[in-house]
Amino acid sequence: MSHILAATPSGTNTDSIAVETVFWILAFISVGAALAMILVRRAVHCAIMLAVVMLCLATMYAMQGAPFLAFVQIIVYTGAVLMLFLFVVMLIGISSSDSVVETIKGQRAAAGLAAIGLFLILILSIGHAAIGPAARTTAANNVDNINLTGLARLIFTTYVFPFEVTGALLITAAVGAMVLAHRERTAPKPTQRDLAARRLVSGQLAPDPAPGVYALHDAADRPALLPDGSTSELSVSQTLAPRDPNEETPPVRPELPAPAVTEAES
Amino acid sequence: MSPIHYVALSVILFVIGGVGVLVRRNAIVVFMCIELMLNACNLAFVAFARMHGNLDGQVIAFFVMVVAAAEVVVGLAILMAIFRARRSASVDDANLLKY
Amino acid sequence: MTTLHTVAATGALKLSWLLLAFPLFGAVVLLLGGRRSNRWGHLLGVAMPVAAFVYGLIAFFTLLGTSHRSQDLHLYSWIPVAGFQVNMNLLVDQLSICFVLLITGVGSLIIIYSVGYMSHDPERRRFFGYMNLFLAAMLLLVLGDNYLVLYAGWEGVGLASYLLIGFWQDRNSAAVAAKKAFIANRVGDAGLSVAIMLMFTEFGTVSFTGVFGTVGSAGSGVATALGLLLLLGACGKSAQVPLQSWLLDAMEGPTPVSALIHAATMVTAGVYLLVRSNPILALSPDARLAVALVGTVTLLFGGIIACAKDDIKKSLAGSTMSQIGYMTLGAGLGPAGYVFSIALLLAHGFFKAGLFLGAGSVMHGMNDEVNMRRFGGLARVMPITSVTFGLAYLAIIGIPPFSGFFTKDPIIDADFTEHGTAGNVLGTLALIGAGITAFYMTRMMFMTWYGRRRWEAGAHPHESPPVMTWPMIVLAIGSVGAGAFLIVNDRLQDFLAPVVGVPPESHGFFTAPGLVALAFALAGVALGWAMYGRTPVPSEASRGSLLTVAARKDLYGDAFNESVLMRPGQWLTRLSVYFDNRGVDGLVNTLAAAVGGTSGRVRRLQTGFVRSYALFMFFGAALLVFGLLVVRL
Repeated sequence: MSHILAATPSGTNTDSIAVETVFWILAFISVGAALAMILVRRAVHCAIMLAVVMLCLATMYAMQGAPFLAFVQIIVYTGAVLMLFLFVVMLIGISSSDSVVETIKGQRAAAGLAAIGLFLILILSIGHAAIGPAARTTAANNVDNINLTGLARLIFTTYVFPFEVTGALLITAAVGAMVLAHRERTAPKPTQRDLAARRLVSGQLAPDPAPGVYALHDAADRPALLPDGSTSELSVSQTLAPRDPNEETPPVRPELPAPAVTEAES
Repeated sequence: MSPIHYVALSVILFVIGGVGVLVRRNAIVVFMCIELMLNACNLAFVAFARMHGNLDGQVIAFFVMVVAAAEVVVGLAILMAIFRARRSASVDDANLLKY
Repeated sequence: MTTLHTVAATGALKLSWLLLAFPLFGAVVLLLGGRRSNRWGHLLGVAMPVAAFVYGLIAFFTLLGTSHRSQDLHLYSWIPVAGFQVNMNLLVDQLSICFVLLITGVGSLIIIYSVGYMSHDPERRRFFGYMNLFLAAMLLLVLGDNYLVLYAGWEGVGLASYLLIGFWQDRNSAAVAAKKAFIANRVGDAGLSVAIMLMFTEFGTVSFTGVFGTVGSAGSGVATALGLLLLLGACGKSAQVPLQSWLLDAMEGPTPVSALIHAATMVTAGVYLLVRSNPILALSPDARLAVALVGTVTLLFGGIIACAKDDIKKSLAGSTMSQIGYMTLGAGLGPAGYVFSIALLLAHGFFKAGLFLGAGSVMHGMNDEVNMRRFGGLARVMPITSVTFGLAYLAIIGIPPFSGFFTKDPIIDADFTEHGTAGNVLGTLALIGAGITAFYMTRMMFMTWYGRRRWEAGAHPHESPPVMTWPMIVLAIGSVGAGAFLIVNDRLQDFLAPVVGVPPESHGFFTAPGLVALAFALAGVALGWAMYGRTPVPSEASRGSLLTVAARKDLYGDAFNESVLMRPGQWLTRLSVYFDNRGVDGLVNTLAAAVGGTSGRVRRLQTGFVRSYALFMFFGAALLVFGLLVVRL
């Protein structure tokens, strides 16, 4: 497989037709997904689009003779980091979405202008810079012709100090996250006995009803129906905003105000 | 298929990510756009590695990934803390530094 | 032209610093001692000047006994800067020893007198402290061997004069007079300091030996400039026109102060300066003519004022102004006049101090009354004072064989021999001045001592106690004999010749101008007797002629100063304040408002939105890359 993944050392157009085709397809997909990412309303959709972009990029790494990096991208980046994002989206508000109206005057225009400007400048500079063809000895750089060992050699000799520092950074980040997420107990932890006593006093001995009882809707944010037809707020977790049980699915932009004709759908 | 195409693609993705940071209001989406920008940089590094014929670019891309991961961890923890305090995930609501 | 050659001090003269140390010690102890020293303060205040006088005599006789009569005592290196060396040295030579004896001798007598005069004053100790301070400063002035030390003493006497004129701190008029004296002196001091600066730039040194040695090579322009600047300094200190307005007001101080400072010593410092700087004046006939002119104008000015004043002290002050005018005139005549100028100075010290102490004695007996129209017929009641006063009167008007004849007439004589036609004009004016002097002094004599008694009710004039009369007697002896002692046989002339040069051959005492001067003086006496001796003096002053009115107003000196200097000065300050408030403050406030306004606008960039900040960062990044691109291209 390495002969497909590694670049062929000859000419400007050094890749085979297959590689080139794959590149163009992936390029379009990734650009489209990126555009979608900044345009869709819901946070979850943005996460999905980002995942698509990351996977395309992983493939491109593979095409450029960096198989290790490709797999790390998939496993670590897409698999861990992005999932982390999704967890947070879940905690914070799965249905929270931005409105179309822009609150800061001129922000979109300025952003567009800045983007086009930066794009042009960067393209100009890389076009002007001497970007030569792919070098011939990429494969030879890999020790024993294996990319991984070549990388390992570099990390643990030339870049050992950044490696150590990055390790320290990871530890610090983990500790920091723990500190930030930690909630100090203001009262002693209630023991099982205390909980049971509380439950007896409160009058509600049974656990809360499960949400989404109705056959039509099976979502965690749908309240359950009581025998008399009313909804039970107890059935929905407090972190989730309960939805009207009579709503049709799927809800399309539920909090949309009166259609704003002035704001264009950008 | 010279590496310049990859670099050009990286530029496009970077710019798109930048626009996303400026335009979106949800904090998590902003974070994800930043991740997009980092990934674009990674792509450029790998392309340069291929261009120079050594693996330094890949090593740097690797480190970028590690740092990005650490950054995401801490950033999301901060986001959670802010959300717990203010019940809002919009970046526009954090405007106490207004004149 | 003379030059100054000094040798290092030897023998007894090595202790010349004692001359400064005694009065300075007295001043420090008395001023810092406070009320604790009230009981014995006056004793210390008298002992110190007497001790200084004793040492002065020792130094004088030591100097006479040696052939090196210019001795320089090095005390310490005052300003040892590269390119500007000034030493605190004392120069004991013929000229300075004359002044030392005058200052300490007459000063001791006056201070002994003031033990009695100020006996009723609770602040007497402070008075003696200030007097000792004055003596120390004046001695520093005359003993310095360079212009900067002289200037230090100059400023010191100015300070002492201010403190003593304003001695009675509860009197507003005294405070105003003290301030006026100081400010007028300041104008003169400016001239002296510019002269010193000019000396430094031209010669690189300010010591006497250095300056007099190199002034010859500097050209007459520099010499004229120096001469005129030194003249300005002398005008301030010696109350010559145009800086004469302060002297009459300075009579607000106690009478011993008027006697010592404003008659005998401080006002003569200007003459000392001019005579000491004779090598400079020798190079510039124009400066000499200016000096002579100033002297002549002043002697007439002072004389006319003295004729119209009813206040005995103010009349004597006008007389001082006039006599110093004679001295200045003498100093403007070159070597022909220096000796006689100094001789007149020394004799004037005796008779003017005697006149002032006599006036003080009269005031002491008449409850501090100064208006001569309230005197009259005091000769019988205060015999000693009237005799001493009379002897000093005869001396001042120039009757032979008293002091004034021997010292004043040679000056008038030299007037006609120097400066050509200008000299003749000045000499004629000096002759007229002699007549005026005799007139006003006779007027004073008749108004005070003879005639009808015009005393206020409740006045009991009585003779002063011995502590006051004995100094007057000593001074009267000096008034009688000093002139003859100094001038006959050319005694002073030979003594001072190494310092001031030799006058051209003298014509003896009874020359034509001398005889004319005597005639004018007798005419003045006769007129004075006719107006004030024969006819009874009215108790209230009459309206008087135009000249009398003008003379009563000090010949409009104050009015002139006010209109030419004071009012424009006030206008200038008001204008400056206006500009400061509107212009400078306006500018500053506008600047502040502009900054405030701008910041008010610019702060709106801080919207608080993270996204706008991110936008700025984005733009900044784009700009950076663009910059990089431009550089690389």
